[in-house]
Amino acid sequence: MAGGGGTGGGVSASTYAGLRYWLLLPSWLVLGFIVLAPVGVMLIYSFLTKEFRGGVIWEFTLDAYDQFFFDRGLFGDEPPKIEWTYILIFWRSIWQAGAATLLALVIGFPTAYFIATRPERVRPIWVFLITIPYWVNLLIRTVSMKFLLRDQGPLNDFLIWTGLIDTPIHVINTDVAVQIGLFYSYLPFMVLPIYAAVERYDFALSEAAADLYATKWVALRRVLLPSVRPGVIAGCILVYVPSLGAFLAPDLLGGAKNFMIGSLIEEQFKGNAGNWPFGAAASMILLTMVMIILLLFARQQARAEREG
Amino acid sequence: MQDNATYAVDIRSAVKRFGSFTALDRVSLSIRDNEFFTLLGPSGCGKTTLLRLIAGFEDVTEGEILLFGEEIETLPPHQRPVNTVFQNYALFPKMTVEENVMFGVEMRGARRSEARRRAGEMLELVRLERFAGRRPAQLSGGQQQRVALARALAPQPKVLLLDEPLSALDLKLRKAMQMELKSIQRETGITFIFVTHDQEEALTMSDRIAVMSEGRVQQMGEAREIYERPHNMFVADFIGDTNLLDVTVDRIEDGRAICHIGGGHVLTCDAVDGIGAGAQVHMSIRPERLVLSDEALGAESLAGTVVDNVFIGTDIQSMIQLENGPRFAVRTSNSDRGARRIFAPGAQAFVNAEPGAARLLID
Ligand SMILES: Nc1ncnc2c1ncn2[C@@H]1O[C@H](COP(=O)(O)OP(=O)(O)OP(=O)(O)O)[C@@H](O)[C@H]1O
Ligand SMILES: [Mg+2]
Repeated sequence: MAGGGGTGGGVSASTYAGLRYWLLLPSWLVLGFIVLAPVGVMLIYSFLTKEFRGGVIWEFTLDAYDQFFFDRGLFGDEPPKIEWTYILIFWRSIWQAGAATLLALVIGFPTAYFIATRPERVRPIWVFLITIPYWVNLLIRTVSMKFLLRDQGPLNDFLIWTGLIDTPIHVINTDVAVQIGLFYSYLPFMVLPIYAAVERYDFALSEAAADLYATKWVALRRVLLPSVRPGVIAGCILVYVPSLGAFLAPDLLGGAKNFMIGSLIEEQFKGNAGNWPFGAAASMILLTMVMIILLLFARQQARAEREG
Repeated sequence: MQDNATYAVDIRSAVKRFGSFTALDRVSLSIRDNEFFTLLGPSGCGKTTLLRLIAGFEDVTEGEILLFGEEIETLPPHQRPVNTVFQNYALFPKMTVEENVMFGVEMRGARRSEARRRAGEMLELVRLERFAGRRPAQLSGGQQQRVALARALAPQPKVLLLDEPLSALDLKLRKAMQMELKSIQRETGITFIFVTHDQEEALTMSDRIAVMSEGRVQQMGEAREIYERPHNMFVADFIGDTNLLDVTVDRIEDGRAICHIGGGHVLTCDAVDGIGAGAQVHMSIRPERLVLSDEALGAESLAGTVVDNVFIGTDIQSMIQLENGPRFAVRTSNSDRGARRIFAPGAQAFVNAEPGAARLLID
């Protein structure tokens, strides 16, 4: 290889670029492997035949996808009808994750704004405080959330004690419980990117807006928000995507009725009752959906950038 | 007594402290309606801080500020009829140039079409109509500065605060914008509070000037007064070029102070209250108010040797070294050359001060 021993920096720009390319190769290999390989495995599995005790038989079939979308009766010999079960589960997941994201945004934005407007020295302390609960395992946190929200849990006890309500609010095993659980699970993913964006925001712009007769609220909406929008979008994606595939919160807080995609997929790979190709197919459909959502986001972003 | 309401901005012993640091120290300024008022001073003297107090981004530590006779302490920035051209522009990065200029007009309740029309006018005024659709980041520093100016002018405030609004422009555009600003101010009758650290700009544009240093107002008055009768050393030195001499007052006679300027040379000038016989003070003489001659024109002609001549455009500046005494800078206008002689370096010459040119400074 040329240029390596030249004194006084004799490495030409093109040699340098080539060198950089080769030095990056290991990273690309590792990344390619951990990103693409698992997805590749799932993609292949989704087209294989199921083995009854879990696992797969290496015979190509579209059965998994067929089972997801069509109902051919108990013995598979009736004319196909649309199978609504799984589509409804998907629909509920989309909706639940959306509600959780909205909740995280409504709570997370003011939190991030608050932290970003503290004196510089204390900001890291606030960030640390926000993230403390997340050092604990998600399962433990979700279980304790279940404990808190129970009909005879501390929250209801407290509300009854204050006299605000006289019968416990029933939250556990409802959609709301799942939304709260998801919101709680992923809140920092909303707070941190928004915090980073607001911290970079130049508050002199808000002063300029106030100088031009804008109230605080208008200044926030018309000047601050457009500036920090990338952070808001990042936060929404970071909360929405894992919420969509979550299974702990729906399982523990939502009960059997409030099944979500995550639980459906998890079940296919658990114990002996599972159907691996079906779980893989559901994962692929979920992945496709997430990709479409992200693409739409990106397209809309690009258009907004162009139009200003 | 003057009615308060006739002052656009009345600042009464305003003090501003940041922690233990005093940025403004008992500043009192009464700025009239329709006035082109300039705050002039070196970097860090508190000019921006004073504007921020008027605009409402900071609260005074002590003292008070009245806007058209009314206390404004409780008025938030968005309710003050004051607009600012910020020193660092503070243009809205996600809006186009036009949207930036429209912003304040819309906030005052104008319809969009009206705001757009007004923005068009303003952009034409600052010669940026072609750039209406661009983002601030796509403009040069000087262009951004002009957008900031258009944006602050658009809503027709009662008072416009301009924080070094021309600093990023090249000389030619700067001169043109100075004229433009001056005529805008005259036509609209908006009170301008203009910040600059360029003394020439201050002198050419202002009705009145407040010279500031280290958080205090050193002198306030009309341009000519400040230039010709500086109160103290700081003002004399900061405004224009001057010869600053260490002098000792010998005696006071008939309202005139007879001063030793070193090397046995003597200069006489008007006496000043508070400076008596024996005082060691400074004297200021503007170089353009000194005249060279080949023979003594009077008792106070100072004999010396020409050291150097420097061509500075419209003038030639000569350095004259008095025997055992101070050095003088003397300016001769190039248009006077027919009448006034330029002495070659090494030549003997006499330095003569015009009547009233020499002034004693209080500190
Ligand atoms: N928020 C603040 N906290 C502490 N000190 C400040 C603050 N704002 C200004 N100062 C100090 O107050 C003094 C005056 O600052 P100011 O910005 O008013 O100066 P200026 O006259 O506008 O200078 P320049 O010509 O460089 O813009 C400076 O010494 C500055 O360091
Ligand atoms: Mg300043």
